[in-house]
Amino acid sequence: MDISTKTIEHVAEIARLRLTEKEKEKFVPQLKEALEFFSKLSEVNTDNVKPSFHPVEIKNAMRDDIEGKCLAQDEALSLTEHKKDGYFKGPRVI
Amino acid sequence: MNAAEFSKKVRSSEIDIVEHIHKVIEKCRKINNDFNYFNTISDELAIKQAHEIRNQIKNKDNNIQSKKLLGIAVSVKDSICVQGVESTAGSRILKGYRPLFDASVVRKVREQGGIIIGKTSQDEFGFGGFSVNVGVGFKTPKNPFDPERSCGGSSGGAGGIVQKADFPHIALGESTGGSIAAPASFCGVFGLCPTYGRVSRYGLIDFGNSLDKIGSMGKTVDDTALLLDVIAGHDALDSTSLNAPKEDYGSRLGKGAGRMKIGIIKEAFEEGNDPEVESKVNEGIEKLKENGMECEEISLKLPIRYGLSVYYMIATSEASTNLAKYCGMRYGAAEKLEGNFNEYFSKVRSHNLGDEAKRRIIIGTFARMSGFRDAYYIKAAKVRTLIIQEYRKAFKKFDALVSPSVPILPPKFSDIEKLTPLQNYMADILLVGPNIAGLPHLNVPVGFEKGLPVGMLLTGDHLQEGKLLQIGSIFGERK
Repeated sequence: MDISTKTIEHVAEIARLRLTEKEKEKFVPQLKEALEFFSKLSEVNTDNVKPSFHPVEIKNAMRDDIEGKCLAQDEALSLTEHKKDGYFKGPRVI
Repeated sequence: MNAAEFSKKVRSSEIDIVEHIHKVIEKCRKINNDFNYFNTISDELAIKQAHEIRNQIKNKDNNIQSKKLLGIAVSVKDSICVQGVESTAGSRILKGYRPLFDASVVRKVREQGGIIIGKTSQDEFGFGGFSVNVGVGFKTPKNPFDPERSCGGSSGGAGGIVQKADFPHIALGESTGGSIAAPASFCGVFGLCPTYGRVSRYGLIDFGNSLDKIGSMGKTVDDTALLLDVIAGHDALDSTSLNAPKEDYGSRLGKGAGRMKIGIIKEAFEEGNDPEVESKVNEGIEKLKENGMECEEISLKLPIRYGLSVYYMIATSEASTNLAKYCGMRYGAAEKLEGNFNEYFSKVRSHNLGDEAKRRIIIGTFARMSGFRDAYYIKAAKVRTLIIQEYRKAFKKFDALVSPSVPILPPKFSDIEKLTPLQNYMADILLVGPNIAGLPHLNVPVGFEKGLPVGMLLTGDHLQEGKLLQIGSIFGERK
């Protein structure tokens, strides 16, 4: 497994992280070591084994479609400074 | 005095709850100055709750008779939301976040008269086993027996305050890969991580959705069982909550566990343990035998050999998606709105997330990327199936399994600094198995070596929390 600075830069970009040069220098060998260790999973024979996405069997739990209480608009907006005219305000799109 | 006895005295007005809570807050401040167990002490909320209880007692309100936690101080891991109290999960990216609602566990605690005293310190989002990976600007909690050493993680503040508090107190902790048992072991207290889904996760700032469990930590097994009794049960607000009947955990304590069969996990004693830890855990096993339990060795190869890899692949994959929501817009840390979406989100995230959070986001994003997903994430989920099957087979024969909780004594911060991230992850080696399989597990303090506590881990089958507490109750004085 070849984990280069380029790989890390690419993954960081997808994850919306901007890494400093110092961070890249530090992370590359660390992530390389960790991922190499995790690769030993390939030793295990998993032919015909289904993946488990939960530790216990989970049945799809749907509630009845009845209107419930939810946050009021002003409450939902109370935790941010970025708002305008009753909406969240985000960075520019274009 | 255990929590239940204390509640009686509050109920009979033998103890004035308002005066008591003022003292508790004072003590917490003092302890916090030296040990950093709290990110926030919720003094206003605690005193308000104490006044409400005093009024109820004065007015002879009948409701107080049945309250199981009346007047008991309860600390809450910072990743669990408390309405109006800053809840950051130890991360600067959630600085200033005051939830508009209580987590279901917090609501249940308050309904039973428990008094919320504060938010305990932790590794950022739970990313660690030593509580050294705290977020930018947060302080690392210190071991109650030696401030130069770790108190375990990630529920480190919880473990520390449980040990240090000289007043009745129980803690709400949270475990994704061992974050209740590890600090319980390093701090010499009981820590019960329940079956996945036994306790509602609603209002938990999540780390890994298929792994997170809220549990209880107490100085005695009685306190630990009491809090579990309050928080366990089905909750319609959490779609993964189990709709199974709940046991009366307290009724099983002190009953002996004579006919139970205990499996000693062979691989957990083969290599890597501090000899001091192993000898204390062996004494614990002797005590199980003295109490009539039949102990027999069992081999569990997969969890010990591959558990860490499975755990870190799944946990980082889930964490990387969970943390995508932190982008400086609707709550938490924000900066000046500059640049386009991607530039703004990247700026806020890069400034406010700590090193370990960044590392885990990168590992998890990588493991889910097209071209790598089958080899890493899906492969781990398949080995997870095999691990669950291996445990299931073991529980056909045994009531509980035993190992050390952590292979080492609490290490010094100066030694932890020298470890690579992978070497850090190794401390979880005995704890990831039960967490991957969603099995309940209990840390039982089994004594001290070199003045530091050692913990033994009891793991049970799904929904067998009661059995673990029953076995645990033969350890230590039940006051």
